[in-house]
Order: sequence, then C-alpha cells, then structure tokens
Amino acid sequence: MQNKQKIVIIGATSAMAEQCARLWVQGGKAVELVLVGRNAGRIEPIASDLRVRSPQSDIQVLESEFLQAAAIQATADSIAAAGPVDVVLIAHGSLPEQADCQNDLAACHGALVVNGVSPVLFAEAFAQHMSKAGNGTLVLIGSVAGDRGRKSNYVYGSAKGLVTRYAQGLQHRFAGTGVKVVLVKPGPTDTPMTAHLKSGGAKLADVADVAQQIVDAVGRGQAVAYVPGKWRVIMMVIRHLPTFVFNKLNI
Amino acid sequence: MRTLSSWGRLSALPHQVVGLADPGQVADIIGVQKPGVAFGNGRSYGDVCLNPNGVLWHTAGLDHFIQFDAHTGRLVCGAGALLRDIQRVMVPQGWILPVTPGTQLITVGGAIANDVHGKNHHVLGSFGDHVQRIRLIRTDGQMIECGPQQQAGWFAATVGGMGLTGVIVEAEIQLRKIAGPWLETETLPYENLDDFFKLADDSEAGWEHTVSWIDCLSNKGRGLFMRANPTDIGTRPEPKGRKLTMPLVPPVSLVNPLSLKPFNTLYYNLKKSQTGSTISHYEGFSYPLDNILEWNRMYGPKGFFQYQSVIPREVGLAAVQATLGEIAKSGQGSFLAVLKTFGDRQPVGMMSFPQPGVTLALDFPNNGAKTLKLFERMDAIVREAGGRIYPAKDARMPRELFEQGYPRLNDFLTFRDPGISSGLSRRLMGS
Repeated sequence: MQNKQKIVIIGATSAMAEQCARLWVQGGKAVELVLVGRNAGRIEPIASDLRVRSPQSDIQVLESEFLQAAAIQATADSIAAAGPVDVVLIAHGSLPEQADCQNDLAACHGALVVNGVSPVLFAEAFAQHMSKAGNGTLVLIGSVAGDRGRKSNYVYGSAKGLVTRYAQGLQHRFAGTGVKVVLVKPGPTDTPMTAHLKSGGAKLADVADVAQQIVDAVGRGQAVAYVPGKWRVIMMVIRHLPTFVFNKLNI
Repeated sequence: MRTLSSWGRLSALPHQVVGLADPGQVADIIGVQKPGVAFGNGRSYGDVCLNPNGVLWHTAGLDHFIQFDAHTGRLVCGAGALLRDIQRVMVPQGWILPVTPGTQLITVGGAIANDVHGKNHHVLGSFGDHVQRIRLIRTDGQMIECGPQQQAGWFAATVGGMGLTGVIVEAEIQLRKIAGPWLETETLPYENLDDFFKLADDSEAGWEHTVSWIDCLSNKGRGLFMRANPTDIGTRPEPKGRKLTMPLVPPVSLVNPLSLKPFNTLYYNLKKSQTGSTISHYEGFSYPLDNILEWNRMYGPKGFFQYQSVIPREVGLAAVQATLGEIAKSGQGSFLAVLKTFGDRQPVGMMSFPQPGVTLALDFPNNGAKTLKLFERMDAIVREAGGRIYPAKDARMPRELFEQGYPRLNDFLTFRDPGISSGLSRRLMGS
C-alpha cells in the first residue's frame, strides 16, 4: 500500500480528466486516486468504472466546494493529511458563451472565477504541501485561448491567461526543487464542454489522444505542453501577429 | 447537422447528432429529439446505424464499466463501451468476451443490436448468447430490463433487433475464463469447396475458432482454412500495437480487376507455402484489420458494399459454387472474402442473422449498376437456397428477400419503438 502512486484529480468529471484517470490505472498498475468534484453522485460512475479497470487500485471520491478559499484549503489539507501526494491534476472549468459574459457581469464573474481563480487557489493550496514534502507534480490545464486575447472568447481566455502566468511563477518558485509544475494547453477538444462547437462544424481533437499526451507530459515533467503539439506552432504565429493584422482577423 | 457515413462509405448525408452521456438523461433526450436511432461506433456497413436527415443518438459517452464480479465473470457496462476496451481491461484479469466479430472496434450496444458472431460460432453461438441482461429505454420513457429469463420476449426482440426496440443503455455480459491471450493456430490450404467442407467438419469438434479466406475469383473455390484454440503457454512478450492509417481516399478503388486477380494468386501461393501451426496473440488472429485504421478508404470515393449471406447446409456447397461462378464471371469482388460454417444452433434473437449453414461474406467496391446487377444474381441464389442476408452489412437487399429470410419479422414488429427509425427500417419495414 505504501508505494502506490497517489494522484489527486480536481474536477474529476471533466472528460479530459476522466480519460487521464483511465490511462493512469491501465496496464495493471496500482495507484491511489482521489477524485474531487462538486457532486459526489456524478463522480461515482467514474469511480466505479475505474475500479473495474483496476481492481488493485484504491479509488476515493471526495466532494468539495470549488469557489471558496477556505473550502479549497480544507480539501487540500484533508487529502495531504492522509499521505503525501505525487500528482495533482487540476482540470475543472467551463467554456462560457462570450456574448453572455459581455451582457451579464455575473456570468463574466462566474467564468473568471471557475476557470481562473479557483484552479489557482487549488494549486496554491497543494503547493504548500508539496513545498513541505519537497516532492510532487502539479498539473494545471490552461488553454491555447490564454495565449492571446481574442474577441470571440477573451473572458475565458483571460481566466486561462491567469492560470498561465500563475504556473510560470510557480515554476520559478520551485525551480531546482523536487516539485514540478506542468502547464497543459489543450486546443479545442471533443468533450461535452465543446459539444456546441462540433455541431457548428469545428474540427476537434480526440479526447483520448489529448489525455495520452497529457499523461506523457506529466510523466516527463514537461513545463508547458501544447496538446495536440501543432498548437505550439499555431499559437506562436498568433501571438506574434502584428496588431494591425490581428485586428483584421475574425477569430 | 453533420454529414456522416457508415463503414461502407456509400453515402455521406447530414444527421443531427445528439450525444448520450448520462444514463439518467437518456429518457428525456430521446423522448424529445425523435425519431432517431442509436449510433455506436459506425462500423456497420450499410444503413442500419444511419438516419439520413434525422436524429442519431450517439452512445459513445455511455462507455462506463459499472461492475465486475471476479468470481462469476459477469460484467455490467454501458452500451457505448467498445469491445476493445473490454478486452484490454479484462484479458489481463483472466477473462475474455466469449464472442467477438472480426473487429473489436464496435460498441456493446451495436454487438447486441446486430447479434454479432465470430469465428467460434459452432462452439459459443453469437454475442446475444452471453448477454444476461439488457437495460432498454424507449422513447415513451419506459425502461425495460430484459434477459433470457425476464421479459424474454423483449430480450428476443432486442438481441439482433437492429436498435429498433428502444435504446440499449446498459448490459450485463457473461465473460469467459482464459489462461492467457494466446491461441494455437493452424493454416491449411484448400483447393476446392469439397475440401473446405471436409476441413470445416473435421475441425468442428476439436477447434474453437474456424474461418477461411476464399479466393472469390477462383471457380473451384480455393482458399486458406484457419483454425485456432486458446492455449496456456504462460507469459511471453505481447506484440507491439503498431498502427497504420490509410492516409487518404484514393481517387479510384485500389481494389479493382487489375489488382485483384494477381493479389489473390500471390496471397494464396505465398500462404500455401507458409502453412502449419503457430502461436498467435488473440488480437492479431481475431482482428487482423484493426491495426490498419480507416482501411475502408481503400475502396475509393464511391465506397463499397459487403454482401454476407447464410445458406442452409444441405444446399450450401451448390449455392456457394454458383455464387463464386457469378462473381468470377463479373470480375468484381475483393480479397476480403470469408467463408465459414455456422454451428447447428438457433440464435437468441428473433431477427438474429446466424442460422445453421454456411456463411459467405464478400466486399465489393461500389461500381454502381454493375455491382447491383451482380447482387441481383446473388440474391436469386440465396432466395432459392432458403438463405438470408445480414442486415448489419446490407445497404440494398430487396424487401421481399428480407421478409423471406426473417420469418419472425411480424412478431418482431410488435416490439418496435414508434419513435425509432433508421435508413434500414424505412427501406425494409416501411417506417
């Protein structure tokens, strides 16, 4: 029991996180998984699935509030109290309609908090424990949308931009220690969060492929992982477009 | 709306795709967004999984394992689970799906709805023989739990029921204990159909898997007979899952009269010189094409048909002979041609395809009227022999041949869900 890798997933019902969990338990490996979400009833089917896939693993379900600092702190503390954590994947988020955010400040606020502030608070809470232990890998899900603000989704993009800048600072803080910080930047991926994009004809990456690349990046402790990898090139171009060109683009 | 094709790529028509992910919400969704039909992984060849210009309920999200009892080997899972995922999770735990078809890239729901069979039909029957329970949700909101012992009428209608009795959301399957992933296999060439039937009969008692590749352009019916048994040889390194992808759709079918005859001759003679027994991994033996992603593209932009029929044994030899004669005369066909005997057993489903006899499955690049004409001549042979055609593979059989082949059709129709309609159901059942 002592040497099982302990992995915590925040936002365990996210399709990307679920696929990562399946990969982490596959191949007869025994791991200790803590699945954290807002609604235990929605996590249970995912936990049952993982138990069938890996009877030797220990799968726990934990309900947590996601927006209150004190609740986030308590969740991280209770998990860390049970033993050192090897990997924390912070995967929750929701893709808002940009128009809603522009018309309704409450929606805008909600999108900023759930996609930006909340993941950062979770990371900070676990960083305290990993710092003490001198070991662990913190995985944050950013987005290509966080690389440059665009009119079509800058509220979501700015929340992810916060995650990006935060991860950068955390990497600086833990440089040279045993704590690794992995920032994953997925392109548009085929998940329930993006179902409305697909009906609009968008070409989306397969979530199982994306998860495989995330798990590989975590294994390597890669600082920034664009998934699929082509987005590194695409975003480099987008970031460097001069404003007078960029402003003419309808993206 | 999204354009969607089935495996045969014969059509690419718009569908309104609605994802099913939460079993608790299925009734609400299908009660409103209808008529539609469940779509799993799109590996049926024709229109059984399509509903052009209408709704498809995509079941990929219903892919959770729900429970596994390591003592009894009973697995409960969502209908969207792929057979491949079941195998990859369960084989290392010492259990295997008793029956799988020639690809494992299909969902549990599709396997039940088409009551698929495999190379071991004479020993283990079809997929439905191992299903203990099905949870079905109808478009009127009714939920039906059925199995061989409960609601047996619903069970018999749903196994092989082409998805028309309701949406299968969950199933309980009896898995089979195995020693490991390895098979002891033998390949034997045969020169003619007499030899094929002799080999098939001789192998039935001692071999669990039997199948044969047949050179569809040879008048006599030469081919390669393959048979296999599970074997316990301990652990050895598993083959690496090297995947190839057919990168594009070629402008014309790569399978054509110029390529087919030399290929078949070469393949036959090459394999004939390599016959004998070997040890194979179950994936390589059972699903040889699964490592070539999108192989269906090789037939070019017009797609392809598969024609699979089963003929009662008494007239099997003559009928297969006559069919091969027609194919050779037309010069059409493909190297993907399979000849196999079914066991002497009745299937679970009212509309299940397998029946005692011999089954011939052939791919044909779509050459329009010329191909359809050939099918009419093949239909005549099936009709006269009292055989039937497999709906999961079909895109064109005449309604009258369907009605003749499936004598329990009228009984089945009473179980249909009026909120479910597919391309195939409208073509063969009028609604």
